[in-house]
Amino acid sequence: MSGLLSIENLSVRLPPGADRSHALTGVSLAVAKNEILCVVGESGSGKSVLANTVMRLLPPGVRPDAGAVLFRGRDLVGVPEAEMRRLRGREIGMIFQEPMTALNPLRRAGDQIAETFRIHTTLRAREIREKALALLAEVRMPDPVAALRAYPHELSGGQRQRVMIAMALALEPALLIADEPTTALDVTTQGRILALIREIQARRGMGVLFITHDFGVVAEIADRVAVMQSGRLVEEGPADAVLNRPRAPYTRALIAAVPPLLPRARSGTAAPAILTLEGVSKTYRKGGGLIPGRARVTHAVRQVSLSLPRGTTLGIVGESGSGKSTLARCIVRLLDPDTGSIRLGDTDLAALSRRAMRGQAGRVQMVFQDPFASLNPRRRAGELVAQGPMLQGVSRRDALAKARELFGLVGLDPAAMDRLPHEFSGGQRQRIGLARALAMEPEVLVADEPVSALDVSVQAQVLALLDSLRDRLGLSMLFITHDLRVAGQICDRIAVMKDGAVVEAGPTAEVFAAPQAAYTRALLDAVPGRAWIPGRPHVPAA
Amino acid sequence: MAAVTRYLRNPAALLGAVLLLLVVAVALAAPVLFPKDPLGLAGRPLQWPFANPKVWLGTDASGRDIAAQIFHGARVSLLIGLVATVIAIAIGIAVGAVAGFYGGIVDDLLMRVTEAFQTLPNFLLLLVLVAVFGSDITTVTVAIGLVSWPAPARLTRAEFLTLRNREFVQACRVLGMGDARIIAREILPNALPPVIVYASVVMAVAILLESALAFLNLSDPNVASWGNLIGAGRGVLRTQWYVSAIPGVAILVTVLAVSLVGQGLNDALNPRLRGPAPVKAAP
Amino acid sequence: MTILLLALRRLAASVPTLLVILAGLFLLLQLAPGDTVDALMAQMGGGDPATADELRRYYGLDLPAAAQLARYLGRLVQLDLGQSAIYGKPVATVIAERLPVTLLLMGASLSLAFLGGIVLGVLAARRIGQWPDTLISTFGLMFYATPSFWFGLMGIVLFAIHLGWLPAGGFEEVGAGYAGLTRILDIARHLVLPTLTLALVFLATYLRIMRASMLEVMSLDYVRTARAKGLGETGVIVHHALRNALLPMVTLVGLQAGTMLGGSVVVESVFALPGLGRLAYESVVQRDLNTLLGIVFVSALLVITVNFVVDLIYGRLDPRIAAGR
Repeated sequence: MSGLLSIENLSVRLPPGADRSHALTGVSLAVAKNEILCVVGESGSGKSVLANTVMRLLPPGVRPDAGAVLFRGRDLVGVPEAEMRRLRGREIGMIFQEPMTALNPLRRAGDQIAETFRIHTTLRAREIREKALALLAEVRMPDPVAALRAYPHELSGGQRQRVMIAMALALEPALLIADEPTTALDVTTQGRILALIREIQARRGMGVLFITHDFGVVAEIADRVAVMQSGRLVEEGPADAVLNRPRAPYTRALIAAVPPLLPRARSGTAAPAILTLEGVSKTYRKGGGLIPGRARVTHAVRQVSLSLPRGTTLGIVGESGSGKSTLARCIVRLLDPDTGSIRLGDTDLAALSRRAMRGQAGRVQMVFQDPFASLNPRRRAGELVAQGPMLQGVSRRDALAKARELFGLVGLDPAAMDRLPHEFSGGQRQRIGLARALAMEPEVLVADEPVSALDVSVQAQVLALLDSLRDRLGLSMLFITHDLRVAGQICDRIAVMKDGAVVEAGPTAEVFAAPQAAYTRALLDAVPGRAWIPGRPHVPAA
Repeated sequence: MAAVTRYLRNPAALLGAVLLLLVVAVALAAPVLFPKDPLGLAGRPLQWPFANPKVWLGTDASGRDIAAQIFHGARVSLLIGLVATVIAIAIGIAVGAVAGFYGGIVDDLLMRVTEAFQTLPNFLLLLVLVAVFGSDITTVTVAIGLVSWPAPARLTRAEFLTLRNREFVQACRVLGMGDARIIAREILPNALPPVIVYASVVMAVAILLESALAFLNLSDPNVASWGNLIGAGRGVLRTQWYVSAIPGVAILVTVLAVSLVGQGLNDALNPRLRGPAPVKAAP
Repeated sequence: MTILLLALRRLAASVPTLLVILAGLFLLLQLAPGDTVDALMAQMGGGDPATADELRRYYGLDLPAAAQLARYLGRLVQLDLGQSAIYGKPVATVIAERLPVTLLLMGASLSLAFLGGIVLGVLAARRIGQWPDTLISTFGLMFYATPSFWFGLMGIVLFAIHLGWLPAGGFEEVGAGYAGLTRILDIARHLVLPTLTLALVFLATYLRIMRASMLEVMSLDYVRTARAKGLGETGVIVHHALRNALLPMVTLVGLQAGTMLGGSVVVESVFALPGLGRLAYESVVQRDLNTLLGIVFVSALLVITVNFVVDLIYGRLDPRIAAGR
């Protein structure tokens, strides 16, 4: 193979005390010139360790103990550190996941790009500046001259990622390693960055090792795909073959878990509304303090009117900063809306005092995003679920009995009630959070990105659970998500939010098939791998 | 319980625990081994250590037994350190919890007061308090507690600020839980570990503050305090330097023990070594 | 410019703080047994009650506490701190005479502690778990646990009494009539031990913070980015880690300015330095409450000034401040 990078039978050892002895076991892969190899896997698959092994940037105590990493025929595992430093940045570039933290906050973007030149070349400051400008233009940075002088905090997430890419590409490396470079970005930004990487790769004929967890991204960008699980290579081949004719059972299961970008036909949207929002607004004032007028005002939610038919799921879809989470928090009154009404049955929740709202707590409940932060680490799982009913005056015995029942309902072993949250996996924690909300027998369940922190296979299970609960318990649900695939999977109707306002609302199938607002169209277009239908099911029933 | 194992595996932390137990043992043994008044005349003044087996650490310029003063001094130091720390931590947690949980104007006001206290050099404030209220041991202890609360208050506030927006706290609100219960039962247990660790710093500082006050002759002259003895030894520093040297070592060992235990707790509770390194605020 | 504005705004915000402090202390001192007149009378060797009453009227001490407080704050604004009963001079004059010594001592100690803390902290963090780290951390802990006055005394025993290298106390050789460079050298010689004594405790704190801060920063993403560019370890530390790791240190200087002033009370007493700290001690012993209050006021001003400077420096170091984060 005309290998640029060839990883042969690589094993990487973890320090003693880790959950397994090796991060990677016998992995063999190759990246040729002018191709993008996507390494895809769930958390703990070892895909990031693979990237960092090539770059020799492993944390202390983690080191390869077998195999070779051949870059242009040289084994990088044994190369002296000084020689490795010459390769980094010049022959091999790397971009990382978190654009917010990957740039030094105290130095200007231009200075950080220039540093790559200063390390590896003897160019003069003027020439470096010109090259940096050209690079920023190449990564399509709006206003490159201003960007040179900008500090990272003055740039958006997407712009920072462009700076990172410019930095990694500065010396035209033959190999680019991209470790989840778009995971932290909004979907529209993600689309643009993926297109950029693809375009530059093709123009320069680079080899790219692209690490991701997202099969949509794989479908968008990969020439070849390698699937990893628990440090081992499961399957490897051309993108089309792996995506559409997966051989390994694990790959098949993973792909089956990816929600297709297709709405599922739903009924019941004609049912009477159980929750009605009218003209809800929420404004934040920040800073200024004693001096008025200096405060920065953010209209987080602007005049939102929506209704949720009984027994259905309404999806609120939007990118970060769209106000969808603020809206959810207004409905459960974690925040006080400035104007508007939130009618649940006959009660206007927005008009209640905090004390009165406490009395209504049972009627609307919330499931949170972060499975690690949403459970008090010092309380046992059963107690967490029983807490709500106990606050309402149910005896401890009865509340725990109910919790036991709910554990069964959400698919947890009731014997695990005595465990502490850290003894559960992410998906199990989300189930505990769901049981906690259901224990209050709410009329409306507000779910704020409940699956976005989960691996795709776990995500599919939790979505299926929510779906079946809705049918069995007749739950009415407000489902907040940034992910259109997930929304299509679970929502009867969706409302698309942008900058605090609803730009479009309607039955999911209609919105997907014929989006009215330009923003909705942009959002749908940006979904990575939108042309790929996992498992090639029947023709879209639009 | 993993934390206990981690603590026991840390040699520095173990050394701290052993030293602290030693100081406590010395304090407990004082009335048994030296039943007489440690400030009474014990023999010829200025006997060197190990010269006379009856007063094995020697005598000071007034002929008082240094060993007796060291043993009784351990009681004073530990007691003052402990009580002042409890006072400071209690005030600090109360102020920090309320400020951090409620935010807004309440936070502004409380933080202004905290800042005011931090703007004053704490030792100077201690001098003022002693000048006004006198210097018996109770007053000194309370005064040390009163000048030491701002740092724990800030720490508690910072913890509350991050914890109050955690999703588990929001979940409790959504369940209809009241503020008092959220503060005391949900947030406080999670905010406590770093504050407890910081208590070791407060205690070390309290012991040092008292010894400095006693050294300047501004603490209670009627109790055997290590600082007093160092101050008494100043007059004979030129020739009988041991009078000042010995109690200084006692202070060093005690403060070292408290600090090591605190650091050990910190490492045991934050295995990633990421916890806030204790900041000291003492002369 | 924005940074200056922000710092000025914080400075303005500290004015109410200062007033709260002074009002509180003033009321507190009302509780103290004996007032300025008692101290004056004692100084004069006693006197008849009629004179005392007259003096009280003269000083306004017969007014209700609130009126006295108002008068006192009114005079403070004009920087009139009242009369020192013991020294027979205005408090402001007495303090002005003593301030330079304290400022010199603090400045020298702070520089030593700060620079030493950075160097040792970086060294320890670079060699974490190896012998330089163990050595530095152990020394840090010992200094941290040592009472500064005892350290000073032992320094006197060793360097002044036994070795005779340095003077045991005082600010300069009184009556030697040194001038110019000789005098400066003489003062420097006198300040070596006090500076070390005051600095070592803070050095211990700074090196621990710097070590922790370096370890934290070295684990951050942008350090990995710098390595991925091919930068060597020294380059990573100098160009990326150091400045970021300095931020908590700078904050600490502001937080500890007051503590350092408190520390100088003890150190000045040990070395018989005619500074502000020693003045505070004397005024407590001699119950000169007017002077004590004046010292507290000036110290608070000093701490606020240090914090103002710290804000400016922090703003220079961290561009995010100007953006209001």
